[in-house]
Amino acid sequence: MTSWRIPSGGRIDRAKPVRFSFDGKSYTGFAGDTLASALLANGVRLFGRSFKYHRPRGLVAAGYEEPNALVTVTTDGAREPNIRATELEVYDGLVAESQNRYPSLAFDLQAVNQLAGKAFSAGFYYKTFMGPVIGPLKGTRAWMFCESFIRRAAGLGSAGTVTDPARYERMNAFCDVLVVGSGPSGLEAARKAAADGKRVILCETNAAFGGSANWAGSDQAGFAETLISDLGANPGVTLLNRTTVWGCYDGNTYAALERVSDHRKQPVIGEPRHRHWVIRADHVVLATGALERLLVFPGNDRPGVMLASAAQRFAGEYGVLPGKRIVVLTNNDSAYDAAAKLRERDALITTIVDVRPTVGDWALAQAKEAGAEVLASHAVVATGGRNSLSSVTVQPFDAEINAFPGPPRRVACDTLLVSGGWSPVVHLASQAGAKPVWDDKLQAFLPPGSSSGWEAVGAAAGEGLEPPAPLFEIKAKGDKAFVDFQHDVTADDVRLAHREGYQSVEHLKRYTTLGMATDQGKTANIPGMAIMADALSKPIPEVGTTRFRPPFTGVSLGALAAERYGDIRPGRLTPMHDWHKSNGAGMYAAGLWYRPESYNRQGESVEDAYIREAKAVRRNVGIVDVSTLGKIDIQGPDAAEFLDRVYTNTFSTLPVGKARYGLMLREDGFALDDGTTWRLAENRFLMTTTTANAGRVMQHLEYHLDCIWPDLKVHLTSVTDQWAAAAVAGPKSREVLAACVKRTKLDNKALPFMGIVHGRIAQIPVMICRLSFSGERAYEVYCGAHHGQRVWDALMEAGKSFDMQPYGLEALGTLRIEKGHVTGAEIDGRTTAQDLHLDWLISKKKPFVGSAMMNREGLTDPKRWSLVGVISLSGEKLRGGSHIVDGPADDPGRSLGHLTAMCFSPLYGKYIGLALVENGTGRIGTRAFATDPARSGTHIPVEFVNHIFYDPKGERMHG
Amino acid sequence: MRITCPHCGPRDLVEFSYHGDATLTRPDSASTDQDVWNAYVYDRANPAGEHREFWQHSGGCRKHLVVTRNTLTHAISGVDFAPGKRTGRKRS
Ligand SMILES: [Zn+2]
Repeated sequence: MTSWRIPSGGRIDRAKPVRFSFDGKSYTGFAGDTLASALLANGVRLFGRSFKYHRPRGLVAAGYEEPNALVTVTTDGAREPNIRATELEVYDGLVAESQNRYPSLAFDLQAVNQLAGKAFSAGFYYKTFMGPVIGPLKGTRAWMFCESFIRRAAGLGSAGTVTDPARYERMNAFCDVLVVGSGPSGLEAARKAAADGKRVILCETNAAFGGSANWAGSDQAGFAETLISDLGANPGVTLLNRTTVWGCYDGNTYAALERVSDHRKQPVIGEPRHRHWVIRADHVVLATGALERLLVFPGNDRPGVMLASAAQRFAGEYGVLPGKRIVVLTNNDSAYDAAAKLRERDALITTIVDVRPTVGDWALAQAKEAGAEVLASHAVVATGGRNSLSSVTVQPFDAEINAFPGPPRRVACDTLLVSGGWSPVVHLASQAGAKPVWDDKLQAFLPPGSSSGWEAVGAAAGEGLEPPAPLFEIKAKGDKAFVDFQHDVTADDVRLAHREGYQSVEHLKRYTTLGMATDQGKTANIPGMAIMADALSKPIPEVGTTRFRPPFTGVSLGALAAERYGDIRPGRLTPMHDWHKSNGAGMYAAGLWYRPESYNRQGESVEDAYIREAKAVRRNVGIVDVSTLGKIDIQGPDAAEFLDRVYTNTFSTLPVGKARYGLMLREDGFALDDGTTWRLAENRFLMTTTTANAGRVMQHLEYHLDCIWPDLKVHLTSVTDQWAAAAVAGPKSREVLAACVKRTKLDNKALPFMGIVHGRIAQIPVMICRLSFSGERAYEVYCGAHHGQRVWDALMEAGKSFDMQPYGLEALGTLRIEKGHVTGAEIDGRTTAQDLHLDWLISKKKPFVGSAMMNREGLTDPKRWSLVGVISLSGEKLRGGSHIVDGPADDPGRSLGHLTAMCFSPLYGKYIGLALVENGTGRIGTRAFATDPARSGTHIPVEFVNHIFYDPKGERMHG
Repeated sequence: MRITCPHCGPRDLVEFSYHGDATLTRPDSASTDQDVWNAYVYDRANPAGEHREFWQHSGGCRKHLVVTRNTLTHAISGVDFAPGKRTGRKRS
């Protein structure tokens, strides 16, 4: 293949060749190339297959607006699809592949979709979703039937399945002036602001600062370079290249994505892949430039048809010519300038086809310089060639009435450069809430003046743009004429939408999917709207423009997740965390907390370990870290009254030195959380909550004190992190404590069930409450968090002679399932006290939060889902989340409820679980199935039993 | 969006959590009138324009604030400690 590289010029570094591969083939480019410019230099014209029709597609643009050239980049096995070749900088070892083709790019079997064009016309997806109203494919079944076919045929690359190995960061920044875009207008705005002593952040989406100065001509390049180096030397100015400002939010907050290391094979140590910037600016200058538009005509998508400005950029910035023999089609003067500039780079431009009847003197002079013949009042009506352009058909054209008063003729060429006018990039202004206004002269939407927060300058404000003839489409018979290349929407699709009754631009968009692909219609929206306006016989501004929403271009999810993922994510560790880890515990993430899952001994699986641990508690004694429980210190003269109002049961009658189990409801009558609250003094309580709900309960209490009962004298303090806590459970628990606790008695009289005593362990003051989650005699030992490990060690030492075993979350879960205790899996926001058999906690003597709403008809219906025990009859392992159904696997019937928790019960020697099931209590003794078709494929016969499997009278924990 | 906490000063939205309509008055605890409770728990006006609402400075002083916010522009015209003046719809 011959090189299309110009011998000199461009911003590339010809001393640094770069080797990369595309679709398995090796190529060479230069440092500073994009994948698009490097492949173009190697004569590659075919970059992808189109979305619906699998038509061959080439480069249309040179920047972020490119609709066709999407590629997938593979790095260490991780795949990232839908990257624009025009933005991807080449580096040594880059591996990229084209998308949406099978088996190869040049020979694509699914190109037969073109023949089935009717089936894929506008509204295809819409109609398919709705489905026929009668017949076997009624309703959404049609969608399910077609889905697998569509998913394979249509699509914009496929995502990888391996974990993204990259690191991401977030950065907050503040400035007086944020300048978006570093073209000549942006640079000038930044210079002015910096000269006024303002703190400036200048963001440029490309690798090089300078914008159009990089390709528009040598006179501008020098001016830009000086400005950039001056700004770089100013400590008040932050220059961010490869940074796209993609979103505008309230209070002049802007979101930007910096692609820190995408242009390198490996990031430098410490460098993230992307950085998510949140920039708060007093004032924003939008110097975002303008995008050139295509014209709509038959065959306008053939590889070799390119925007005139893109060709100018490829030549000026990368030293690459788009073709050997060029024809230009235009409705404005800017293409003449492009032609003259390309001629300076030794391009051969044979013909300029202009739809306008008269061409001005300046344009004619440029054409002369370009050495091109000018055909005024002419249009391109067809394109020829297979996978790339070999000719165009031109014909005399009357743009006023769309008539062709003369015969067509073919013109041989390999490239057609098109200019259909210019659209200022108004996206950020539109995001900021400004309604763009139509400018008749420029045939474009402009940002409406300026606001207090932002202003548009340069081409983004319409300055210096060439006014075009008001023509968007050449309506000739023949091949499909495309409006939205990426979503394969044609001019006929837009007209079909109109005929089918869609008049608003928002409906047009949804029906045809125009502008809804990854490029968000950057080159398609205005032509699409113009064709709709023509069909409606309305002026364009009356059809209106859609409001732009973030993001402007694609944003990596990793960057948005940044500190919430991987090594930057915060973790909460209990004081005994290291002990658990060094004693064989696998740590389990529960919210931000890490809790021991089970202490696996040599050769044990997690299941082996938790069964052993649970047995030890039932037969002997075990110890578990419960420091993660939410703890709230409640103090004040009205503390007891406050608790009476938020709990369903009464706490004002609780004696000092005793604890009580309590239930809280939400105002709507559903259960919120359960836990024990201890009365430490007349006006002081310690409330415990479930680990998961600690934050929510604290907020619930604060809300009621702040907003509902500000007269109550109560103070709340979250003390979750201040207390370390261990539960010692099992028949021998009292002996273990007796062996290490000093200064208090522990017998049944001194410390009855729900009693609290104060003592010392290893000289550390401890608070011991006798309560049980496991159903065995058990004690929770609390001490200051800093002493947690010391007390734990002393308890372990005391437990030695009783063979006390530490147990983890799995055994804790097993014990509580056997005992029928509820957790967050059952208090899921949809269950009531009755559903959970906790109505014995409801006081009838006082109102409380939720009391007014809890007895509504729907909440007392006996058919509601209620808590019930489940036993696997087949010996198969149950899966949490399985649905409960009546029927066999091939005809399961509707879901009657679901399994909330499961375990292997050492007591029963079987897999058991808890479930929320319709009329659950009424089903006890009957059988059904636990089905899990999507994950494990299991369909297990089960029997319903009482939710308390073990010691329903509670004799063991009281004894 | 920024909210100026009367206690902590201007702070970013991420420090706050939204806790609903501040124009409502909780019915008397002893009331068992289902219509009154139903309106309090479920009926919301969803105004286009100024709205008084509870925001808790959960990442700061943890006080609940009554914020007057324009739901169309997100412009904030007033911030008070809760309970602010309960204006707006009266329920009976
Ligand atoms: Zn505050």
